[in-house]
Amino acid sequence: MTGWRAGIAAALLAVTLWQMVIWTTGVARFILPSPALVAQTIWDSRALLAEHAAITMTEVLIGLVLGAALGFVSAIALVASPTARALVRPMLVFSQAIPVFALAPILTLWLGFGMWSKIAMALIIIYFPVTSSFFDALMRTNRDWLGMARVMGASSARIMWHIRVPAALPGFASGLRLAAVYAPIGAIIGEWVGASKGLGYLMLLANGRAKTDLMFAALIVLAVLTVLLHAGVNKVCEKTLDRSEAI
Amino acid sequence: MTQALRLTGSAAIHGTPVFSQVDLTLEPGTWTCLLGASGVGKSTVLRLFAGLAEEVSFDGQMTDPGRVALMAQQDLLLPWLSVIDNVLVGARLRGDRPDKARAQEILAQVGLADHAGKRPSALSGGQRQRVALARTLMEDRPVILLDEPFSALDALTRAQMQDLTAELLTDRTVLLVTHDPAEAARLGQSIFIVTASGLIEVAAPDGQIPRPVDAPDVLHAQANLLNKLRRPR
Repeated sequence: MTGWRAGIAAALLAVTLWQMVIWTTGVARFILPSPALVAQTIWDSRALLAEHAAITMTEVLIGLVLGAALGFVSAIALVASPTARALVRPMLVFSQAIPVFALAPILTLWLGFGMWSKIAMALIIIYFPVTSSFFDALMRTNRDWLGMARVMGASSARIMWHIRVPAALPGFASGLRLAAVYAPIGAIIGEWVGASKGLGYLMLLANGRAKTDLMFAALIVLAVLTVLLHAGVNKVCEKTLDRSEAI
Repeated sequence: MTQALRLTGSAAIHGTPVFSQVDLTLEPGTWTCLLGASGVGKSTVLRLFAGLAEEVSFDGQMTDPGRVALMAQQDLLLPWLSVIDNVLVGARLRGDRPDKARAQEILAQVGLADHAGKRPSALSGGQRQRVALARTLMEDRPVILLDEPFSALDALTRAQMQDLTAELLTDRTVLLVTHDPAEAARLGQSIFIVTASGLIEVAAPDGQIPRPVDAPDVLHAQANLLNKLRRPR
């Protein structure tokens, strides 16, 4: 079993387990709704779910693009300048010690209840993995390539652009794959803290009104969209950035 | 290059001596061959001429060779570029205008005219090394540094590459570093054995390079070199 077949089999297994928990424990439907009820809710509330999902995914995609671009530029700057590396790297690592959840209220305060505070959350959460994996790949450039380029009379800037960056693109791709999974987390945290739209907001709303089935429906839609986003990013990376024959 | 290149002195890496009392002169327009076991510093000599020896502390004097071209054991082809773009990589790295017509001509000289659009991964080891040779020729430098360029190839491909390289690099000042006595006997116009205490010059066989692999004096020189390598004193 490979790829999508294994995915479907795993999903079926999960649904079966879920249903068995309900049968064996007899748990109330407002605590744990059955798979069938959640499926029914997804269908009945499809317009509502689609509206909120569109908001969340817009935040995620903008955050992903901006975070990837910022990470790309930062990694190159860190590699190009030893001073920047000495000053900024400890700051980057320290920033990872701050829980992103703690930043959400501040970002909402600064950027308001609209989309931008969520985009900022998504961006912050993916910035480090993208920067870090691209930076590591840039630092691992084959030294003999660098020597050859210097013998040929290349400037550091040209070596960066024509050798280091293309050689490190597979590393950038692995950062992007992580980012595709992390970015929705950032957007949802942002929506929990303060929003009037989005799947995270819908989950809180449904939870507050004991509409557990709707909460599960929103959760499943989010998970499916995240998996699709990851698969899409993976596909783009395979087509454009990965090179199995890279030395 | 009308001027001979000379290197005299000693070198160490992090306090460990690599070679000492070396006095090497590269005569213009000839192939000079440095033969030695691994770890005796023959590649360090080459890296000094290439300007790539920043970790080496060199105590001595060296003629500045100016711009050189370098070909190493690894082909160092960039896997994301096509064959012809790899040949043109020097121009791209300097920001010069790439001369595609000349690159195509050189690819034809090394017998790869039909492979210009392929990726390096689609080529055999010998073909890749021919692309590396084409890239070296494209640089068009009077001084060429060859750092064991054929040692990763099988015997047949190696002999073909030696022929092709010698033919295309005649009249250049070439420094060939190798551990293969047969290669030194075929290609060296002056031959030095590198030892821990300096260089030992060995008379090269007569005749134009590439010398035939089966000529008695070439075979004799090869055996002589191997003996000297085994017992340097």
